Amino acid sequence: MGHDDHLELREESIDDGVILIPVGDIDLSRAPALRQHLSRVLGGGADRIIIDLSEVPYMDSSGVATFVEAMQLARKRGSKLLLCCLSDRVRGIFEIARLDMVFTILANRDEARSA
Amino acid sequence: MAEPPETRDIELEMFSQPRLLACARAVAGSFAQRIGFNEIECGQISLAVDEALCNIINHGYDRRPDGRIRLLITALTGERTSLRIEVEDRAKQVDPATIRSRDLDDIRPGGLGVYIIREIMDDVRYEHRDGGGMRLSMVKHLPARPGRSADASTSSFRGRTTHGPR
Repeated sequence: MGHDDHLELREESIDDGVILIPVGDIDLSRAPALRQHLSRVLGGGADRIIIDLSEVPYMDSSGVATFVEAMQLARKRGSKLLLCCLSDRVRGIFEIARLDMVFTILANRDEARSA
Repeated sequence: MAEPPETRDIELEMFSQPRLLACARAVAGSFAQRIGFNEIECGQISLAVDEALCNIINHGYDRRPDGRIRLLITALTGERTSLRIEVEDRAKQVDPATIRSRDLDDIRPGGLGVYIIREIMDDVRYEHRDGGGMRLSMVKHLPARPGRSADASTSSFRGRTTHGPR
């Protein structure tokens, strides 16, 4: 995978799961890397997976599709997948796609940890 | 359909590679800002361009990295200021009538691009190109803002007279 496809993704452990913090735009070039990261984390069996999107300034439908796939996989495995800290721009694509009511989207990490 | 004759303000040619999407977004968003769209609208325009390019990369060229795509951007002036964005390829031709938004109630990954483009842009048309490939033409009109004439921000632009429907 080339440099352009690389997605930096930080992880922080919490009591019942993990917080993932992707960094940078999530578009068609980076969605595959995100998918790999999410598959790995979901395979690890965490009860709660929080995606902190505060460092994602832009997302297209490739990114959204990756999260839809992850959400469906999480539900099958009995894990909670929550999104938090979305910028207005990123929230906007979820709203356009009418997925803002399908995902659990919280304002901040604290809300996501207690949801 | 014959190629439109006029010169556009921006003509950008790129390979069908996802790593180039950010550049195309930046060009479209910057130009939209320059002619008066606000930050939210510029973000939406960038997204529409991105989705159009993704569809060509994924479906037109089947993820081949050597396909050619042209991004053509024009500021239109007339009764109102508008931004016209054309995206041209030499990929496989499909019947424009089959390019449809999918049912959003069916929650599944993928297939949102056409829907997003139609939600954001005011006019969206798909057509065959002479010699092969497709052209997507999309137009977004600059909303009238209180206290400013619709054409104030384009006074320094060459701009093109708005064309009627083809």
